Amino acid sequence: MTNLLQFLITGILVGGVYALIALGLVLIYKSSRVFNFAQGDLVMLGGFVTWTLLAQFGLPLWASLPVALVLAWMVGLLVERLALRPLIGQPILAAVMVTLALSYFFKGFTILLWSAYRRVFPELVPTAPVKLGEIVLSQHLLWTFVVSVLAFGLLTIFFWRTKTGLLMRAAAEDHQVAQSMGISVKGVFALTWSIAAMVATLGGLLLGSINGVDPTLGAIGLKAFPAVLVGGLESIPGAMIGGLTVGIVEGLAAGLIDPSLGEIAPFLVLLLILLFKPEGLFGLKRIERV
Amino acid sequence: MLALKNVEVVYSDVILVLRGVSLQVGQGNIVALLGSNGAGKTTTLKAISGLLSTELGRVTAGSIQLDGVRIDRKAPEEIVKLGIVQIMEGRRVLEHLTVEENLLVGAHLCRNPAQVRRDLEMVYSYFPALTGLRHRTSGYLSGGEQQMLVIGRALMARPRLMLLDEPSLGLAPLLVQEIFRIIKRINVDEKTSILLVEQNAMAALAIADYGYVMDNGRVVLDGPAEKLRDNEDIKEFYLGLSDLGQRKSYREVKHYKRRKRWLA
Repeated sequence: MTNLLQFLITGILVGGVYALIALGLVLIYKSSRVFNFAQGDLVMLGGFVTWTLLAQFGLPLWASLPVALVLAWMVGLLVERLALRPLIGQPILAAVMVTLALSYFFKGFTILLWSAYRRVFPELVPTAPVKLGEIVLSQHLLWTFVVSVLAFGLLTIFFWRTKTGLLMRAAAEDHQVAQSMGISVKGVFALTWSIAAMVATLGGLLLGSINGVDPTLGAIGLKAFPAVLVGGLESIPGAMIGGLTVGIVEGLAAGLIDPSLGEIAPFLVLLLILLFKPEGLFGLKRIERV
Repeated sequence: MLALKNVEVVYSDVILVLRGVSLQVGQGNIVALLGSNGAGKTTTLKAISGLLSTELGRVTAGSIQLDGVRIDRKAPEEIVKLGIVQIMEGRRVLEHLTVEENLLVGAHLCRNPAQVRRDLEMVYSYFPALTGLRHRTSGYLSGGEQQMLVIGRALMARPRLMLLDEPSLGLAPLLVQEIFRIIKRINVDEKTSILLVEQNAMAALAIADYGYVMDNGRVVLDGPAEKLRDNEDIKEFYLGLSDLGQRKSYREVKHYKRRKRWLA
């Protein structure tokens, strides 16, 4: 029983980070119908950037995080301007392929700049675990979860309570209508990519502080894929639920059945859910009036 | 106010759709743009609003001017800022947004929240049917309500010129009458100029000041609305009525085609 609870809670905490990465995917998909295969690599890039600021430049966290976020913002703008804007009006598949290319580009770029071995972050939070009765939790995971949830909350408020959020939702729905009402669709794309890159950098910092960063961190994107598909590609709350689901399923399967099953189990659950709800749990159904 | 001079539009660099269209919309006027399917009416509107660029279309010759300033090279968002809003054909509501959110999207250029609230009330007073539906997801509204919503959304942008594409499409005759009555009221009360594309020629000419008839990418006929209403050719082409108000025989249809060719 204790074991079960331990795995469950660890799963939830890890799921928080997955949710954050899934959120980046959802943002880009919502606004441009492009599935961003490079999201995991943005996480890795963000991780390396924050590592450089923290470990090499020796900046404190309160200074490195804003700098890293501003850099991520600029990466987002550059990606939109150089890689995606020429593809506006072209088939979506072309843009999706470009994100695949971006994924390789970021990997290569990181290896060139930082080389491929693992970098360990300086200690940001105490390493001593917290004990809740018989359950042992790492402080890292706890903090990671809290930060994820906070970022999630902020972005949700941004989308549902601010004018810019409303315009982004409008553009996500129909580019031509948005343009006919004077919304700059290019501006919306640039903003989404910037936010997605910032969210990824935050994810990179959180994951890096647990295990360190190396170029394989980009594979974290693979965890976010089942998360967004479970939650529904367009749904922000869906990304949260999806991320948590993946974390829990992975934790339970790895802990209770077999450690190697942890990687596969989320995908099995994904297949099951898609069998019954093809649009994901919270995805938008196409509205069809009868 | 708005003047098109010999505008030519080419899609994908090869397909010539408009072959020298000239027309004018005066301040505070309703101008009807009539013509059969494929005549180039919608393309004309998109050339004005700049939406052509999203469909690989380009104005290759001629000019479009708003109060003497050329706008045919501008991006759609700049053109909206100048006060021209197009209401596209087919009731394009933002389906997953609520009615009020749709309207607020229309008002996004306005920086004054009090003004936005006043404008919302104005739209609800033009379209009382929408008042009770504020928080409804707009994708589930009926066709008539959606048409009202897209007109209301454009109204929220407080345009000087509205480009209206087929507001009567697929609506019941009574509803069409109501929508046209409201369009006229908007024109009179808000002093909004309107360029109206319609298949329903008689309904459009009933509220318009001036009309243009397009065929095959050209303007083939124009004149004050009351003249066009009595024009024998318009009656023939759009209403299928001959002088006696009877249905035509096939022989006369051939005559119609010949006449139409001559006009073009």
